[in-house]
Amino acid sequence: MEKTEIKLMKGNEAIAHAAVRYGCDGYFGYPITPQSEILETLENLQPWDTTGMVVLQAESEVASINMVYGGAATGKAVMTSSSSPGISLMQEGISYIAAGELPCLIVNVMRGGPGLGTIHPSQADYFQAVKGGGHGDYHLIVLAPATVQEMADFVGLGFDLAFKYRTPAMILADGIVGQMMEKVVLPPFRKRRTEEEIATQCPWAVTGNPANRKPNVMTTLELDSEIMEVNNERFQATYRLIEQNAVRYEEYFTDDAEYLIVAFGSVARICLKAIEEAREKGIRIGLLRPITLWPFPTDRLEQLSKTIKGTLVVELNAGQMIEDVRLATHDRVPTYHFGRLGGIVPDPKEVYDAFISHFPQ
Amino acid sequence: MKEEIIMAGFGGQGVLSMGKILAYAALNNDMEVTWMPSYGPEQRGGTANVTVILSDGRISSPVLSSYDTAVILNQQSLDKFESRVKPGGTLIYDPYGIHRKPTRTDINVIEVKAMEESFNMSNAKTYNMIVLGALLGVKPMVPLETVMSTLKKVIPERHHDLLDLNREALTRGIALTQ
Repeated sequence: MEKTEIKLMKGNEAIAHAAVRYGCDGYFGYPITPQSEILETLENLQPWDTTGMVVLQAESEVASINMVYGGAATGKAVMTSSSSPGISLMQEGISYIAAGELPCLIVNVMRGGPGLGTIHPSQADYFQAVKGGGHGDYHLIVLAPATVQEMADFVGLGFDLAFKYRTPAMILADGIVGQMMEKVVLPPFRKRRTEEEIATQCPWAVTGNPANRKPNVMTTLELDSEIMEVNNERFQATYRLIEQNAVRYEEYFTDDAEYLIVAFGSVARICLKAIEEAREKGIRIGLLRPITLWPFPTDRLEQLSKTIKGTLVVELNAGQMIEDVRLATHDRVPTYHFGRLGGIVPDPKEVYDAFISHFPQ
Repeated sequence: MKEEIIMAGFGGQGVLSMGKILAYAALNNDMEVTWMPSYGPEQRGGTANVTVILSDGRISSPVLSSYDTAVILNQQSLDKFESRVKPGGTLIYDPYGIHRKPTRTDINVIEVKAMEESFNMSNAKTYNMIVLGALLGVKPMVPLETVMSTLKKVIPERHHDLLDLNREALTRGIALTQ
C-alpha cells in the first residue's frame, strides 16, 4: 500500500496541489493578497509539463473569469481564484456561467472590505456568495473550508458538485485558512479527462461539430422572454435538487446543548475553543458549522432551534449569515450576532465574552 | 501534551521562519500543528508574529487569547504579549533593544541574549536559530536531532553547507538557557 504522505502547507498551497491532482484542465487568475500563493504554487508546480494543465496569469480578473467561461463551455474542468475585490470584478462572468449552466470552480479567499479594504481575514462576502452576487436569479454551490485539509478536499468536491449539477461552485475561504499552515493529506493523482470522455460525460459541451449530432450552441442571450422563463424554471429546479441533496454541516456538542453557536470557516474553530472553555465552566453550548453555505443547513437548524434557549451567530462581518439562521429558526429563540470587521479576527475569549453578554449565566 | 506559542519580533528577524521550522519539526515528530502568521506587508522594520500550536490531539482554534509560551524579540511585542501569557506560563525574551523589561511575577521569565550571541558568531543570520535553540532549551518539545533532520529536508540541497552553522546556532541557544 502507498504510504500516506502528510505535508505541512498553507491552505492556498493546498488548493493549488489539489487542483493539479484532481486533473484540473486549466487555471486562470490574477494575483491578489491573501491568495496569491495559489497562482504562485501552480507556477512552481509547472503542471503543464506533467498533467498538461494550463496555468495562466490573465491580464485581469475580468479576463480570468471569461477564460473560465470559455473553458467550461468546452467541458473542461477549469477554475479561477481571487480575493474579495477581484471576485466583485468577476460577477458579470459568474452570472453568465450560471446562465450557461456550466460547471467551474471559483475560489474566494476573503479579505476585509468594502472597497479595496484590507488584506486581512474577513467573511464579509457571505451575501455576495450565497445570494447570487451577479445579476439574475442564480445560485452558486458555496463550500466554506475550516482547515487546510478541507481547502484541499473541497477542490475535488467543488468540481464534482459543479459537474453533477452543471452549475458553478465556489470555495468561500477566509484569509486565516488561506495563510495558515497545517497538516494535510493531499488527494491521489487522477488523470485529466480525455476528449472522448468529455464528449461522453458532457454531451452539452462545445467540442467541435461532429457530423453525428446537432451543434451545441452556448449562449446566455435569449430575447424571447417565454423561453427565458422556461430556462429560469429549469435553473430553479436544479437549485431545489441541490437544496435537497447537497447540504453539508458539522456539529459539536449539540446532543445536550442549551445554547447554539453558528459559525462557518475558520471562525467556527475559534468558537469551538470558546465553547470548550465554556463547557469547563458547565455552560452547555453546541456548535453548528455550515459547510455548504448554499445550500444552507436550514432543516437541521430548525430542528435544533426547538431544543435550545438561544443562538449566537459569529461571523467576520456585520451580520450576514444571521439572516439565514433567523429564517431557518423562525426566530423561535433569541438570536444574536457577534462579529469583528475590516480584517480583525476575534480570539476565543472575545467570543466567550460576547456569548456571556447576551446570555448571562 | 499541548503547547500554545506566540513568537513575535521585527520583520526580518526570522520569526516566521523560526515558527515554520518548529512546526515542521513537530510534524516530523508525529504531532498535530498549526502555524498562523500575522501576514501582511511586514517586511524588515515592521512587527511580525506567528502563533504555533503543537498538540498530541486535535487543534481547534488557530487564533488564541493567551499562550503557554511567548518568544519576544522586540519592545512592541513585549508590550503587546506579556499580559497574554497564561499564569504559570513562560516568557522568553531577548533584552537587546528592550528598555522596559517584563514585570510579571506569576510567569517564568527567561532572558536570552541571543542578539549578543549572534554577534559572537559574527553572523546575524543565525539569530533566529539561536532563539529557537533557547526555546528548546527551556521547553524541549522536540529533540534537537528532529530539528536538524527537518532543516535538512526544508533547506534546499545547495545550501546544505549551512547545516553545521545552524546546528551550532541551535546548540549555542540551548546553552544560553542551561
